[in-house]
Amino acid sequence: MAWRDGKASATRLLLFMASIILGIAAVVSIQSFSENLKENIGQQSKALMGADFIIDSRQLPNERVQGIIDSLGGSDASEVNFASMAAFPKNDDSKLVRVRGIEGQFPFYGTLDTEPISAAQEYQEKGGALVDATMMLQYDLKPGDSIKIGNLTIPILGSLKSVPGSSAISTSVAPPVLIPFRFIEKTGLLQVGSRKEYQYFFVAPETMDLDALNENLDPILDAENADLDTHKVTSQRLGRSYTNVSKFLNLVAFIALLLGCIGIASSVHIYIKEKLRAVAVLKCMGATRKQTFLIFLIQIAGMGFVGGLIGTLIGIGLQQTFPLIIQEFLPFNVEISFSISPIIMGLLLGVFMSVLFALLPLLNTWYVSPLEVLRIQEGSLIKSRRARFLTFGSVLLFIYLFSFWLLESGAYALGFVITVVVTFSILAGVAILFMKAIKRFFPKSWGFIARQSLLNLFRPNNQTMVLILAIGLGTFLISTLYFTKDMLQARTSIENGTKDPNIILMDVQTAQKEAIIPNITSKELPIIDDLPIVTMRMHSIKGVLSNTIRKDSTSRVRNWVLNNEFRATYRDSLVDSEVLSEGEWISEIELGKPTEISISSNLAQDTDVEVGDEIVFNIQGVLMNTIVGSIRTVDWGRAQMNFSIVFPKGVLENAPQFHVLTTYAPDEESSANLQRDLVKNFPNVSIIDLRQILSILEDVLDKISWVINFMAFFSILTGIIVLIGSVRTSKYQRIRESVLLRTLGANSKQILKINALEYFYLGILGSGIGVLLSLISSQLLASFVFEVNFVPSFIPFLVFLPGITALVLFIGLVNSKSVLTSPPLEVLRKEG
Amino acid sequence: MPKILKIHNLEKTYTSGSKKLTVLNDISFEIEKGETFSIVGPSGSGKTTLLGLCAGLDKPNSGGVELCGVPLQDMNEDQRALMRNKEVGFIFQNFQLLPTLSALENVSVPLELQGAKNAAKIATDLLDKVGLTDRLHHYPSQLSGGEQQRVALARAFSNQPSILFADEPTGNLDEETGEKVIQLLFELNREAGTTLVIVTHDLDLANRTQQILRLKGGKVLTNERTV
Repeated sequence: MAWRDGKASATRLLLFMASIILGIAAVVSIQSFSENLKENIGQQSKALMGADFIIDSRQLPNERVQGIIDSLGGSDASEVNFASMAAFPKNDDSKLVRVRGIEGQFPFYGTLDTEPISAAQEYQEKGGALVDATMMLQYDLKPGDSIKIGNLTIPILGSLKSVPGSSAISTSVAPPVLIPFRFIEKTGLLQVGSRKEYQYFFVAPETMDLDALNENLDPILDAENADLDTHKVTSQRLGRSYTNVSKFLNLVAFIALLLGCIGIASSVHIYIKEKLRAVAVLKCMGATRKQTFLIFLIQIAGMGFVGGLIGTLIGIGLQQTFPLIIQEFLPFNVEISFSISPIIMGLLLGVFMSVLFALLPLLNTWYVSPLEVLRIQEGSLIKSRRARFLTFGSVLLFIYLFSFWLLESGAYALGFVITVVVTFSILAGVAILFMKAIKRFFPKSWGFIARQSLLNLFRPNNQTMVLILAIGLGTFLISTLYFTKDMLQARTSIENGTKDPNIILMDVQTAQKEAIIPNITSKELPIIDDLPIVTMRMHSIKGVLSNTIRKDSTSRVRNWVLNNEFRATYRDSLVDSEVLSEGEWISEIELGKPTEISISSNLAQDTDVEVGDEIVFNIQGVLMNTIVGSIRTVDWGRAQMNFSIVFPKGVLENAPQFHVLTTYAPDEESSANLQRDLVKNFPNVSIIDLRQILSILEDVLDKISWVINFMAFFSILTGIIVLIGSVRTSKYQRIRESVLLRTLGANSKQILKINALEYFYLGILGSGIGVLLSLISSQLLASFVFEVNFVPSFIPFLVFLPGITALVLFIGLVNSKSVLTSPPLEVLRKEG
Repeated sequence: MPKILKIHNLEKTYTSGSKKLTVLNDISFEIEKGETFSIVGPSGSGKTTLLGLCAGLDKPNSGGVELCGVPLQDMNEDQRALMRNKEVGFIFQNFQLLPTLSALENVSVPLELQGAKNAAKIATDLLDKVGLTDRLHHYPSQLSGGEQQRVALARAFSNQPSILFADEPTGNLDEETGEKVIQLLFELNREAGTTLVIVTHDLDLANRTQQILRLKGGKVLTNERTV
């Protein structure tokens, strides 16, 4: 019976199905892709690191660390890497790069992907460089050209397409240049104070327990400012960060699915209402409540299953395209394979979600009395409050359980359920308010057509609310994403008009400073900052040695604080990007008084210190007692040099130090000109061109927003399907109304106008509420998360609002064509 | 008396699959202006189809319909709609009120479609005449069957039509309510001097009109004046 009845309503059931197909496709594609990512990371774990484990340190290993390295049989390969300017004599260009001096046959797993392939094998022996492939293209470099790093000039042997463990995005600011370790000395760039990293690569015997090794050695190495990473731990960490992203995307996809389900609930409600007389007839003929209920339950479950199946297939197809979009973010190649669990999930989701959301209208068949054959009474159905309550409870429980499965945290899942309920309620609430207000205040003097089209939104069995929810949610997501992207870009961009520094010169030795400054000023560029930098570590905090704190598991001091080499400065005044939040700012030390320093609020929190607490620093071998004199709130987002530790004047002037100079180059040409000059004369100085970095950042933001927009697109698309479903569902009623109007003398133009205006109201209401809410949520994000002034862009108002309204109008009218062409008599006869 | 409706050699067929079904065959008759006229016949005899063709709701396969001196078969849908709006009123068995509009608004529709300024005033007067002064702002779902049909009556007269078509106007009402509606219909009709065409099963009702056309199997059985 379920099949026979379903067959007769096949077209309508197909549309119900379409509502969930998209949601399932979105969830399955993301879920299946993240499974694949996890699997790939697991499989390529060793290749991601190039070794079984690594010991790394920001300084040459001390005796203890060297002892551990030796006890492990010595490293199989090693590397020192640092950022430096590289010059290309061929075209007189220069660029900040990461120089990696490699000794030994690194990598042991995975490969150095080079062009020509032989370059990876030969660069050590032939004494050449492997240079990042994108950079070679950018600067028109070919194998055989030379590259100058510090005092060293060597030939380029090949272009480097990939190195184990790094992604295109992570290397875009300072692209890698691999050279044999033996040439590092000749560069002359390894000086005291310059940032560098030493890495020792190990191949472990098969019997070695890497987890035990990590457990035993990592704490000891930590105490010596070194670190041990096994391939397992690294890939797990990597896996976790990608899982977090995919969890977020999964939730967005899940919202699209929920939207589809609300569409189902609404359509099934009308579908069942029309079937009630048939159900009553069946009951008159002796069908039990269970039988009649099952007829429609089976129909809906079958529809959910088929919808789930189609959605799953689309999802699996879709995930094939994901690597194309996000490959640059990944430090490995993703191979998509077939995984069974997302498929099972898709099918189960399809069945569960459709049955759950259709349950409430389905219950009507249970409670319908055979007496209804004689007369259908409005509002006489669903007598059981308990059944209703149970259904709502089950829906919420299912959403909770599914999000718990995705997020693996009860609190987050609960947060998600509450957010979903609140968001939908706000959208629905605002929609109701708007509709009531419009109905109440709509000018009575307006013409019949305008009034009639508005009243259509309130017709019996209308789906106005569902449509406004669908359109509103989609617009809300897209606009919020757009506004957020705007905020992020505003936060990172440098306005052309301002003279904020856009070129930073790092690692300037004190002796070089006097020579570099005239070099800059002679090009009519200003010296904006001249910041002295002194490197130091924390020796003790509040009288307790760092080593003791490390061993104290109850300590609230964060580990990084104990291991970090701080780059502190000294100056007599605060800068724009910081505000004094506690204590007193000391500009210059007074004789006989303790050294009162200023630290940033985040460091104070991580070090667990307050104003008046003591910190002893180890400044390159010399211990210095200081007192926290003040705490500053620093805006780290500002594109300028900020410091967590600032000394007053009169303390560090004679300590070994280097300088950071900043300037403002008005255009790319003067920036390139300056860089060329500096690299030639001061090869150890690293130059950061903020303009270049910002353009890379923008590119990254663009790619991220592309991925998120893609998900929002699912919501909009689901909204469209719900819209088409709704238009179809109410088609007969619309035809009836239009025919009636035509019978009473309305012409085609008038009827078309009524229909068009109705969709226009729906579109403008839905998208208007969506944009309005996104404006509020973006303002909240701007105030509490990004802490920026939010100046809304006009795009959502000028593009999304009219665009989405036009789309709704178009879909509505295309689907209502038959309303205009149905012959009146035929419809009126059916009514009889 | 001038003729308001002239039907000659009307034929209407429907195609169902490969089968051709002739619903009306060679129908001819005329109705005088101001006359009351009824069409009777068993179910499936083509009564409602004939009414639809007379009112320009559908097109015949052959033959002609001349309403108010204008041949409908030469007009397009919009021209016919304009003609209906100016000259024709309708009453249906199942009332056919717009559910989103109040009683007052439903009665105003034909006038508003014409762009009339005083639609509300005329509609209020008509609803007053049919005894629904206290139901002006009620929606169809809030009205009884009899009340709905009275709203439909008021609507049918709102555009002061030359001819009024009523399709089984009491079909959905009990005897007592039906009788009241019919009395009201004839009364309003008399006052307005409108031509009235009723399709009905009810021979008593048919006998209250001046002329009866009997249909059977899509053909005219008789067309005679009542006593």
